[in-house]
Amino acid sequence: MAEAAVELVDVRKQFGDDVVAVDSLDLTIEDGEFFSLLGPSGCGKTTTLRMIAGFEFPTQGSIRIHGAEMGLMPPNERPVNTVFQSYALFPHMTVFENVAFGLEMQKVAKADVESRVRRVLDQVQLSQRAEAKPSQLSGGMQQRVALARALVNEPEVLLLDEPLGALDLKLRQNMQLELKDLQSRVGVTFVYVTHDQEEALTMSDRIGVMSEGRLLQVGDSQDIYERPRSRFVADFIGEINIIEAEVTGARIAKLANGAEVGIPEGHPPNGAVALALRPERLALHRDGESVPDGRNRLRARITRRTYYGDVFYYDVDVGLGEVLEVKEENRPEIGTHDIGDEVTVSWSVDAANLVSE
Amino acid sequence: MAKTIRAAPGDAPVTPELEQAAARAKSRRGFLISLPAYVYLVLLFAVPLVLVLVYSFASRSSTGLTLLEDWNMGSYRRLFSPLVAEIAVRSFVLATLTTLICLLVSYPFAYYIATRSARARNILLVMVMIPFWSNFLVRTYAWRVILGTDGFVSQISRLFGGEEIRVLFTNTAVLIGLVYGFMPFMVLPLYAAIERLDWGLVEAARDLYANGWTAFRKVTLPLSMPGVVAGSILVFIPSLGAYVTPAILGGGRTTLLGDYIVSQFLTARNWPFGSALSIAVMAVMLLATIFYFRAGAKTL
Repeated sequence: MAEAAVELVDVRKQFGDDVVAVDSLDLTIEDGEFFSLLGPSGCGKTTTLRMIAGFEFPTQGSIRIHGAEMGLMPPNERPVNTVFQSYALFPHMTVFENVAFGLEMQKVAKADVESRVRRVLDQVQLSQRAEAKPSQLSGGMQQRVALARALVNEPEVLLLDEPLGALDLKLRQNMQLELKDLQSRVGVTFVYVTHDQEEALTMSDRIGVMSEGRLLQVGDSQDIYERPRSRFVADFIGEINIIEAEVTGARIAKLANGAEVGIPEGHPPNGAVALALRPERLALHRDGESVPDGRNRLRARITRRTYYGDVFYYDVDVGLGEVLEVKEENRPEIGTHDIGDEVTVSWSVDAANLVSE
Repeated sequence: MAKTIRAAPGDAPVTPELEQAAARAKSRRGFLISLPAYVYLVLLFAVPLVLVLVYSFASRSSTGLTLLEDWNMGSYRRLFSPLVAEIAVRSFVLATLTTLICLLVSYPFAYYIATRSARARNILLVMVMIPFWSNFLVRTYAWRVILGTDGFVSQISRLFGGEEIRVLFTNTAVLIGLVYGFMPFMVLPLYAAIERLDWGLVEAARDLYANGWTAFRKVTLPLSMPGVVAGSILVFIPSLGAYVTPAILGGGRTTLLGDYIVSQFLTARNWPFGSALSIAVMAVMLLATIFYFRAGAKTL
């Protein structure tokens, strides 16, 4: 296997005396991978990116890019380029001059600069606007200039700091696809920082979820969504129901309302566990409808129905204090339930995830 | 139309007439608000300026009285005499030097202030402005003491076994005084320009392989150009017309435009020529300012 593109070993970053932005971070990003750092604002993901770029130096730990120790190397000597959140296009230069900047700094021959800039502007469909100033471009175009300005240098690793954050929804969705396409075409390692879980899930080969300076879980999109290991990861990505339970036997636990349910393997022999259940993994059954075998079932009453167009969300009261959220598709054959209906809610034993604090 | 249309909110649907009436009322309010400033500027600036312009075409009697007759261009023709040229060149050189020195010294300092924490920044800015709290004349006289034969500079020189240095009443003294007096006018606009700089752009330049110095040259400096332009104008123009500083520190040995104009009014009693000089200096400054702003604007 090829050498890892980026390796972070026991990285810690402290600001001042008491603000720890990143702590005990170990992470290996493979060559050619689309890797996302996902987390809420202030979780340390941007600081991590800035440390790879060289804008911040770790208080402690090692950052290697293709095996080379970065240490206190300044940004201009690192084989990485960044696409900034606000694009950071030079307002006093044309699109062409912006894109050519990196090459000129590297003393690339003038003719090569010209042809490489033209080529990359073609790639992002901006060759027509080469002489425009950034302020004359739309947000989406500016975004593509920022991308072109970084990619033209053919960096070993491209760092992207919430590059789509400033775009409106439709444009963002288009750019997500374009970015993913671009990445597989050029084969450059992408390290992508975002707080948008959908963005991370749809684009990434692997995702690292961060919270309060720590990397909680690393895995591919399905891992992260289907098998969250901690309450935070389960909660941050998508919708989730967390049910507290007490282990009473092999793969059996008792809920607060006294009901006993089956739980997946890997639970502690006794004590408290927390079950994480996605709303779409719960099903509602009218009285008299058959419930397939191998499913846990609880009596429930509908307390709220919310229409989202493609789906309905139901809040159901199962006597646990907190309501459970159930998601059902908007299809005639499934039908709908009304507030106050008495129903059975069921889920497959293995659909639940045991999560830690 | 006899009927007055008043724009009253909420009692009638809007018609084009009502909308126009509201717009007129708004513009009238704007004029009333600025009326004090208008009166002040017209009385104390525009009228005297017109008087100066009129006087510059008047003639002078043999006893030094200004005669508002025999309108002629004589005073303007005199502007091209070698004496005026010599004084103008000297003034320009001095003002240019003052501006350059102010710029070179102030830029790093303004950069330093702009990159401090908000608290330190405020303290430093107040320190820049402290000199304004005392009288300019008094501060300039203080320089006489520092630069005089027995002054601080000479004492330092003697301490190291050197000769006594008399800077006072030389062009150098005037230059020192001008730089000292006008430095804050350079620091403040530079600070304002650097402070609102997007540091993300400097990071972007560093990310794109520019070292610190190149990033400064390619990004920071061009983007702070409006501050450079504003500061230079604010220093150059008063330096060119400076009167007090050359009078006190120059000792009247070298004539500059400022004292030359004053002397036309007070000593030579040639008001038409003094007026023509004033108009010419103003015209040149205006042209220089327009040119400088255009050049500065181009970098953005």
